[in-house]
Amino acid sequence: MLRKIAITAVSALTLLSGAALASEEFEPVTKDVDFSFEGPFGKFDEHQLQRGLQVYTEVCSACHGLKYVPLRSLAEEGGPRLPEDQVRAYAKNLTVTDKDTGEDRPATPADNFPPNTGAGAPDLSLMAKEHAGYHGPYGLGINQLFKGIGGPEHIVSILTGFSGQTKDEAGSTFYQNDAFSTGWIKMPPPLTDGQVTFADGSPNDVRHMAEDVAAFLTWAAEPQMMARKRWGLLITGMMALLSVLLYLTNKRIWAPHKGKLNA
Amino acid sequence: MAGIPHDHYEPKSPFEQWLHRRLPIVSLAYDTLMIPTPRNLNWWWIWGIVLAFCLVLQIATGVVLAMHYTPQVNMAFASVEHIMRDVNGGYMLRYIHANGASLFFFAVYIHIFRGLFYGSYKAPREVTWIIGMLIYLAMMATAFMGYVLPWGQMSFWGATVITGLFGAIPGIGPSIQTWVLGGPAVDNATLNRFFSLHYLLPFVIAALVAVHIWAFHTTGNNNPAGVEVRRGSRAEADKDTLPFWPYFVIKDLFALAVILTIFFAVVGFMPNYLGDPVNYTEANALATPAHIVPEWYFLPFYAILRAFTSDVKIVELTHFLTFGIVDAKFFGVMAMFGAIAVLALVPWLDTSSVRSGQYRPMFKWWFRLLIVDFVVLMWAGSQTPTVLTGWISLLAATYWFAYFLVVLPLLGVIEKPLPQPETIEEDFNAHYGAKTHAAE
Amino acid sequence: MSHAESPEGTRRDFLYYATAGTGAVMTGGAVWSLVNQMNPSADVKALSSIMVDISTVQEGTQLTVKWRGKPVFIRHRTTKEIDEGRAVKLTELVDINAENKNLPADSDATDQNRTLDKDGKWLVMIGVCTHLGCVPLGNNSGDYDGWFCPCHGSHYDTAGRIRKGPAPRNLEVPVAKFENDTTIKLG
Repeated sequence: MLRKIAITAVSALTLLSGAALASEEFEPVTKDVDFSFEGPFGKFDEHQLQRGLQVYTEVCSACHGLKYVPLRSLAEEGGPRLPEDQVRAYAKNLTVTDKDTGEDRPATPADNFPPNTGAGAPDLSLMAKEHAGYHGPYGLGINQLFKGIGGPEHIVSILTGFSGQTKDEAGSTFYQNDAFSTGWIKMPPPLTDGQVTFADGSPNDVRHMAEDVAAFLTWAAEPQMMARKRWGLLITGMMALLSVLLYLTNKRIWAPHKGKLNA
Repeated sequence: MAGIPHDHYEPKSPFEQWLHRRLPIVSLAYDTLMIPTPRNLNWWWIWGIVLAFCLVLQIATGVVLAMHYTPQVNMAFASVEHIMRDVNGGYMLRYIHANGASLFFFAVYIHIFRGLFYGSYKAPREVTWIIGMLIYLAMMATAFMGYVLPWGQMSFWGATVITGLFGAIPGIGPSIQTWVLGGPAVDNATLNRFFSLHYLLPFVIAALVAVHIWAFHTTGNNNPAGVEVRRGSRAEADKDTLPFWPYFVIKDLFALAVILTIFFAVVGFMPNYLGDPVNYTEANALATPAHIVPEWYFLPFYAILRAFTSDVKIVELTHFLTFGIVDAKFFGVMAMFGAIAVLALVPWLDTSSVRSGQYRPMFKWWFRLLIVDFVVLMWAGSQTPTVLTGWISLLAATYWFAYFLVVLPLLGVIEKPLPQPETIEEDFNAHYGAKTHAAE
Repeated sequence: MSHAESPEGTRRDFLYYATAGTGAVMTGGAVWSLVNQMNPSADVKALSSIMVDISTVQEGTQLTVKWRGKPVFIRHRTTKEIDEGRAVKLTELVDINAENKNLPADSDATDQNRTLDKDGKWLVMIGVCTHLGCVPLGNNSGDYDGWFCPCHGSHYDTAGRIRKGPAPRNLEVPVAKFENDTTIKLG
């Protein structure tokens, strides 16, 4: 037993010092972005969501679907808030397979965005919740408590993390990306500066477009976020009030039985 | 109730008398609510109410979630998204249910460790303790199966790994595993039966909770001083106790409100903090996630499961002595269930005649180390296995068993306890000051 | 209780009422969320009103769309159909009620009261026979140049009014309006 403890202690020390040096394992990098929707009072910026929708439509949708997101939600509160007729016009340009007839037809606001699996690319509906940008320290998860889980930041980091290097492996081309889990991603760099022109003249360099589309995808993954935070504030406030009232009630009920407090 | 003298329900009106002769339900409710409760219960005694609330919360939200959920492999994931996006308040119900499981386990661990410190498992409360352990097992089964339902990647692979434990049993293991899964792998049959059982087990838990309460209402509550309520006369009993309502109900509700303030802040502002992001990727039988981890509340036992690898001497020895029947995998499974079994057997492993840990100077330190051990195991269970975490897990797992199998039996013999208060009244007055004249 | 009239007693009672009241409000809110989740969800509500493009519906043809789980006939009537419909006197009808959800409940079943526009070109009806719920055949079928239900032989005229057979009522006109010249909004 003692021998085992001794061995453990020694090996622990060796490993701890070794772990710092032997960073053979690739550590993905997550860039910090100051999004408008962070924190308990954070809100989506509907203009940013609209720009993000444009980036998604003109760039991402070539390969990625958004199959869990209903088109009607583009008009809903807490989202990009497009006017209803624009949503109808947007839907019309998309083709969906009718559930009843099995035939292709133009989409309506009641349909979801169509899936897109042609290129073998993952669906983006929940992408902003599928990956954690922040970890640790030491596997304790404390960073996430302060910085958030980092899903949107991860998306920005991927879109801006290309080094330009490529390698061919098993018949596919991989692109070096310092935000991807293995350091090499199958997706070619999707964005170039000035690729999308925004009607409001917002900056359209890669970094800004990446942030806009990350914000849009965060909304797509959690369209009820603003409603949830409003509800969270209300119920937390009510509970705090109830706590105070119950504290006073409790004190008063017990007072006759406690010597120190009530003579 | 046996023994502690207190007021009983007296049916007054003709209707009350009529009902009482046929079904003494008001009497039962009255006796339960007005049960004499030791005055000196401290804040560690509030978690029972929190747990009762959690059970109600989980059943209420679960029943309504089931109205929108589809237990079918092609639709389960989409139906959860339907709840999150379309159902009125659905996102709230689902986040409460998911985080409610965490609150449930958080509370049950504090409740269990409170019992361990204050000797709540000791005679005559062994049955209460055993029922509690059965509740804990049923909770684990319910939580595990509930986690499979969203049909994300971690649902699927968690189910695959954990049901694989059954496969470790020598000989009949593979047949049992196939029986549990309803096929060679986790699939639609598994999802359907897990949904059915996830709906059923909470009601089994509710029944066990009723028995748990019945048991400790029979023996009376334990308390921080660990001395029993005086039962000789009504006057003596009244000095040691107060009725549950309103004194402890209001106290417990206050604590519950504070805990729920924090709980709802988590649900409202960071509902996915305790979950694994990978579970937002739909289940895929052809791609394993890089790192399979159970939810936080299973981590300590998961660490024990993984601690006993084939290069550990005791595993090698067991392997040799059983002619190779017990391999490392099966040893790990036995260790994991053994870790819970020693917890269940603690009433017979603790040899000390002193109930409360407050008056056991040596025990206190070993107990604190056990809590540290539990946290370390939890951390180790969350890590990607390395040589270092392997050693830490093994060491921590060893202490877990040593505490129950070596420390507790020995301490009762070698420890010299501190003086204990004679009565609950004395303990209460020591904390809150003596009342010169009684309120009554 | 014995101090009920002293200031301290009042304050105590107020505290108890405030605590119980807050608790009751929160319990009520919780119960309401459990009740409200059973109301139609957003995806169901999204289908409660739909837009139908009628720009491609030629005179003398009919478009059938599915709305709230039922077929809806949208007919672009010819002048002949309109004239036939308007020539019918109320006394000839089985059901003299317009059965039009866009009009007051006691409106007469005149041709004008059945159609969506003043000229009587557009007729929108739920395509479910008022007898036992079959879907009638269109394209000037039946004895009255309108619709004919094959199940039990009910004949509807060019305004979808029941003329012969077991059906008790005219085909129902649902809530509908012109969103613009080429779009009809149902619901």
